Amino acid sequence: MNVASFDQLWVYLSGNPLLSLLATLLVFALAVRINRAVGGTPLLHPVTLSIAMLIMLLLLVDMDYATYFEGAQFIHFLLGPATVALAIPLYDHRQRVYRLLWPLLLACGAGVLTAVSTTIGLAMLLGADPKTLLSLAPRSVTSPIAMGIAEQIGGIPSLAAGLVLLTGSIGCALGPTILRLLRITDPAVQGFTMGLSAHGFGTAHAFARMGAVAGAFSGLAMGLSGLVTAFLLPLITGLLGVG
Amino acid sequence: MPLIMGMSMLLACQFAGELLAKGLLLPIPGPVIGMVILLVALLVRGKVPSCLRLAGEGLLRYLTLLFVPAGVGLMVHFELIGADLWPIAVTLLVSTAVTLTVTAWVLERLQRRSGGKGGRVEENA
Repeated sequence: MNVASFDQLWVYLSGNPLLSLLATLLVFALAVRINRAVGGTPLLHPVTLSIAMLIMLLLLVDMDYATYFEGAQFIHFLLGPATVALAIPLYDHRQRVYRLLWPLLLACGAGVLTAVSTTIGLAMLLGADPKTLLSLAPRSVTSPIAMGIAEQIGGIPSLAAGLVLLTGSIGCALGPTILRLLRITDPAVQGFTMGLSAHGFGTAHAFARMGAVAGAFSGLAMGLSGLVTAFLLPLITGLLGVG
Repeated sequence: MPLIMGMSMLLACQFAGELLAKGLLLPIPGPVIGMVILLVALLVRGKVPSCLRLAGEGLLRYLTLLFVPAGVGLMVHFELIGADLWPIAVTLLVSTAVTLTVTAWVLERLQRRSGGKGGRVEENA
């Protein structure tokens, strides 16, 4: 009987999308278990943990991101229909949204202004490179919108996407503690805050940990803040004379 | 079949959204426009078809997983991030914390005020 050498097998496997797809699912399942085992702390969020473990794994086996993504894109693709599906919980809770329309719009405006002004202000103060600064500016909105904005104002789109993801992880880690310190128990307020500050990550976190009402308001905040930022940010950077 | 029908509805809305975004050169991503289209359709129809709920809620339950592939893309930017590590780290941490606080505080305040006037009734619809 002839047996293929490990090297040959590896060449076959590493070029096959099956491997990275399977690895992503298994690592995520493992991350969920680890998170549960340490008491569900948001500091070791399953998403952050999976990303860290997968990056280490890829560096270890020397696989580049493009090869990995060939398999993982099947998961990534589902983000589109999942974003569309956010309309369902939003529809379910439409009465609460109508009743809170003005508070929600005002909170969205305040949140976006805070996010943009503190980001630009701090990055300028700390002497970040202008390119970095302009890639940081849209960091609190969902990555496809952020990439579009970054390109428009003169940042680096792919760097903006990476910073958006970091913002999401940080938001999930800090959010629950800050909400507890402010003694906010209303799931609508919790969800809206998470969605505005940490976009899709916050929304996923809200769905998983705070329930359907929080998830619905989080999805709303994500969409709304994305739209508001897309219109406001080019004006603000123009006014400040950066870029 | 219900799963296929539900998934088709979601993809159709996304497709329409992508077409609108590209056609009108909007800076908004297609899926976000698709979400608005689906919401309007649901409001017109007055209820969520069970097949759509099946597919949609199935996807939303695993929303966290869907961010992992894009997140691994951070490894491509290690050098760029490393060059400006401290400004980036401090800005992200402080600004995210302040944004969370301001948003939660403003919404909680405004909601309590509008709830006080209208007599707040909790519903779980």
